[in-house]
Amino acid sequence: MERPIIYAKNLTKRFGNFTAVDAISFEVGKGEIFGFLGANGAGKTTAIKMLIGLWKPTEGQAMVAGYDVYKQPEEIKRNIGYMSQRFSLYEDLTVQENIRFYAGIYGLSNQSIREKTDELIVKLGLEQVQNERIASLPLGWKQKLAFSVAIIHDPKIVFLDEPTGGVDPITRRQFWDLIYEASHKGITVFVTTHYMDEAEYCDRVSMMVDGRIEALDKPGALKVHYGVESMHDVFVKLARPEVE
Amino acid sequence: MSTLAVTVDNLIKNYGSQNALKGVSLEVNQGELFGIIGPDGAGKTTLIRILATLLLPDAGQAEVLGMEVEGHYRQIRNRMGYMPGRFSLYQDLTVLENLQLFASIYQTTLEENYHLIKDIYQPLEPFKNRKAGNLSGGMKQKLALSCAMIHEPEILFLDEPTTGVDPVSRNEFWEMLIKLKARGITVLVSTPYMDEADLCDRVALVQEGQILSVDTPVAIISRFPSKLFAIKSTDKYQLIKDLQAYPSTASVFAFGEYLHYTDKRAHSSERAPEQALEQELHQYLQDRGHRDIHIKSIEPTIEDCFMAFMQKEHKWSAP
Repeated sequence: MERPIIYAKNLTKRFGNFTAVDAISFEVGKGEIFGFLGANGAGKTTAIKMLIGLWKPTEGQAMVAGYDVYKQPEEIKRNIGYMSQRFSLYEDLTVQENIRFYAGIYGLSNQSIREKTDELIVKLGLEQVQNERIASLPLGWKQKLAFSVAIIHDPKIVFLDEPTGGVDPITRRQFWDLIYEASHKGITVFVTTHYMDEAEYCDRVSMMVDGRIEALDKPGALKVHYGVESMHDVFVKLARPEVE
Repeated sequence: MSTLAVTVDNLIKNYGSQNALKGVSLEVNQGELFGIIGPDGAGKTTLIRILATLLLPDAGQAEVLGMEVEGHYRQIRNRMGYMPGRFSLYQDLTVLENLQLFASIYQTTLEENYHLIKDIYQPLEPFKNRKAGNLSGGMKQKLALSCAMIHEPEILFLDEPTTGVDPVSRNEFWEMLIKLKARGITVLVSTPYMDEADLCDRVALVQEGQILSVDTPVAIISRFPSKLFAIKSTDKYQLIKDLQAYPSTASVFAFGEYLHYTDKRAHSSERAPEQALEQELHQYLQDRGHRDIHIKSIEPTIEDCFMAFMQKEHKWSAP
C-alpha cells in the first residue's frame, strides 16, 4: 500500500492547562478529499497549523508530504498549498500580478510563470479582468482564483480552511468542481467547511469534538453508523451529544 | 391588514462605481421573522445599515416603524436593536460590563430589563466576569444579541449573526430568534446560508444588489419552474460530467450525496411522463458504466430556487 501523504499519531497541542488538540491520530491517502469537520473551538485550526508547519506540537508525531513537522517545517511549506476565507489574495494587486507573485514565491521559473499565468487566466475565464485589482472582483471569482493560485506549484497537498464561506450557491459548486479536478490530478485536498452538504462531497471526513477526533469514515458509513439521513445530522449528534 | 415595520421603496446605493443596491423594494410586517438571504456582495449589509440609520441611501425611500430613516435616526435608534456582522462589543470589558454599558446608553439598567434577555443571557451568566474578547464564537453571539435587546427594542436588525458558525450553534441561535418573534418583536436577519430560509416567515432572496424574489419559503418553492430529480451513483465526479453532456439536461448541481437534476423536456407544455424520463436517464447512465444508480423525484429546496433564479435573471456569466 502506498504510504499516507498525511500521517498523524497522538498529535497534541497544549496551551498552559488547556489541551486544544488531544492526541489525534489519522492518515490521509494520496489524492483523497479529506473533510476536517468540527464545531467552532473544537481544535481544527490548531491542528491545521501544526500540520502545515506553523506551530510545533506539544506531543505526538506527524508526517506531511513525507516530512516531519518538528524537523522539516520549511520542506512542508514548499510542498503544500494553503488557502483560507480570510487570507487568500492581495487586494491591491491585479489578477495577473497575484498569479505571478505566488508563482514566484513558490520558486517557479520565469518561463513557467508566464505559461501558468496565461493558462490560468484562460481556464478561469478572467481575460477581461486580468489587469483589474483583486478588490474589484466578486468573492466567488476571488475564491476560485485563490484556489488555483494555491496549487500553482503542483503541491502534494492543499489545505483549504472554509474556502466557500459566503460564496453564492452556483460558484460554491463550481469551486468543488475545481477541488475534484485537483484530486483527480493526484493532489490531496484537506478541507474544512461549515456547509454540511460539502461534507458529503469528501471521500472521508473526520469530526473533531473538544480536541479529539470522535469519528472518521466515509460520509455514507458515518450516516449508517449513527442511523441518520445526512451529514448535518451526524454533526449534530457528535458535536453536542447532550442536546439529544 | 397588518402594520408594516419596514417599508423599502426602490432603494439605491453606490460605492463609487460599485452598485451595492440597484433599486430594492420590500415590506416587512410587524412581528415578522424576515430573512434576507444571499451570498457575500449581494447587498445585505448595505440594506441593513440603511435601515439601522447608519448609512444614507443615494436614492429611494426607507421607513422603519413608520418613520423615514433620513431625519429620524434618534427616534428609530431608541426603538431598534442592531447586531453588526463583525463582533463589535468592547473586547476589553467583561460580559457584565458590556451589558451595563449598553443598558446605560439607553438609560435603563440590566436589573430593570433582565427579563427581556433572560433566555439568551443565562447560559452566559457563569462567565459574566470574563472579558468579551475571550469568549467562544457562540457565546459572543449570545452577548451581542443580549446587548441589542437590553433596551426592549420593537425591531431587531441582525447582520449575518450565524456566518462562520457551526451547524449546531446556528440551530441554537435560530431557536432564540423564534422565541423573540413569539414575543412580538420584528426580526430582520440576513444570512448566506440558504437552509436558514425555512425558519423565516418570509424571505427576500438577494443577489448582486437586486431582489430575486420575496415571499414565504413555501410559496417560493411552489413556483420552482421545473420537475426536480435527485440522482446518485458510485462515481459522483463522472456522474456530473455525464449528466452535463446529456442532451436533455437543463441543470445539474451537486447537493450533498445526490446531484439535483432538471430536464429540458419537463419545461415544455407537453410534459414527458416522469417515469419514462427516469427510465431513459437510467438507461443513459447505465450505458456510461454507472452502477448503483438511484433516481428519484424530489421537492426543491430554497437553494434550488435560488440557483434557478440566478440562472434565469442574471444570464449567469461568471467563469
